[in-house]
Amino acid sequence: MSVPLTLLGLLEREPSHGYELKRDYDAYFGRGKPLPFGQVYATLGRLARDGKVVAGEAEPGAGPDRKRYVITDAGAAEFETWLADPVAPEPHLQTVLFAKVVLALMLGRRAGKYLDAQRAAHLQRMRELTELKRNGALVDALLADHGLFHLEADLRWIDMTAARLDALAQAVSQPVPEVTGGSR
Amino acid sequence: MTEHTGAVSTADRSPAPDPTDCLIEARGVVRSFGQTPALRGASVSVTAGEILAVMGPSGSGKSTLLHCLSGILVPDTGEVWFDGRRIDAMGEAERSALRRDHFGFVFQSGQLVPELTAEENISLPLLLSGARRAAALERARPWFERLGLDGLEQRRSGELSGGQAQRVALARGLVAGPRVLFADEPTGSLDSLAGEMVMNLLTAAVRDQGTTVVLVTHEPRVAAYADREVIVRDGTVNTLAAGRVGS
Repeated sequence: MSVPLTLLGLLEREPSHGYELKRDYDAYFGRGKPLPFGQVYATLGRLARDGKVVAGEAEPGAGPDRKRYVITDAGAAEFETWLADPVAPEPHLQTVLFAKVVLALMLGRRAGKYLDAQRAAHLQRMRELTELKRNGALVDALLADHGLFHLEADLRWIDMTAARLDALAQAVSQPVPEVTGGSR
Repeated sequence: MTEHTGAVSTADRSPAPDPTDCLIEARGVVRSFGQTPALRGASVSVTAGEILAVMGPSGSGKSTLLHCLSGILVPDTGEVWFDGRRIDAMGEAERSALRRDHFGFVFQSGQLVPELTAEENISLPLLLSGARRAAALERARPWFERLGLDGLEQRRSGELSGGQAQRVALARGLVAGPRVLFADEPTGSLDSLAGEMVMNLLTAAVRDQGTTVVLVTHEPRVAAYADREVIVRDGTVNTLAAGRVGS
């Protein structure tokens, strides 16, 4: 999963401090692997250098992290392009699709249309593999079967997610508890 | 991506679709069973010669859509057109003749007539259309070789495997040379290999005959045999288009 694009998505929702971005990233996308603070600020630094975000003036207060980051038009455009482009239909895409769905829901977009676009891309790839099976040698057919079964598993996940979008939208609209422990 | 949820139209002066573009079309079809709505303004068009997969969750209305497109059910409101003729405005006898003369059907479990042999089952649509028995059996015969059923001509449905029975059902659906084959979960009761064989034979036969197919399935591997797919969701039809959202 792309950390820079995910942070851009979180910033598209609202301007945030680094620690808020880390908190939300860990809650929704970390899956037991928290994002180190160092990586958060390094990523924000690169995004700022590339004109995708701007850092506000340091705010008075305790602690080193007193800058609020704001997404720029260039950053928003890059995020939008990523969100709208179906992922290349290869096996094991759930983490990327998951990030797109959660971010789309957070931003109040119709996540279902992104899932539909992904479903169409998957089915197109399945059509190509089915054609390969029908016209190719047995070895090709077996390889195509491997791809077909994995793509089918992705599609089942897409269908299940589509059926649960309302509940998922509610879940991601809940505030995330503050990060406890660790350094900023 | 186009979402067809257009307003229901029942106007008789509504222009017929151009049959060179589309062979079958549903326009704003609404159909309820008692108080339960199954279709809430479903619109879809099927081009001549294409295989269209109709997908969707259980209870989404995809089988009801197939039944409306094929004239088995009449919509409460909305229109269904076939080759420039409005099916929903026809009487039962006319719809029945249309189904017999132009449509073939394959369902999830073959629904063969158990008292008849395989060759009699395949001949059935021809016999119902008034063909003589000898002529009907003669036309049924090539389908045994074509669908890998050689030697099974005299078997009754209880003596056939699931895959064999479904291939007999497929032959029965195609023997009269229908313009459209309506297939409702045609591999739903089969394992992967038997299902694959049925789909390979189905696609080869319909391409050969130029038959248009409306294929209802919840299985992506079956839908992958189609040229195009639509999704029925909450009684309306979504047409999937590959590519970037909003592009």
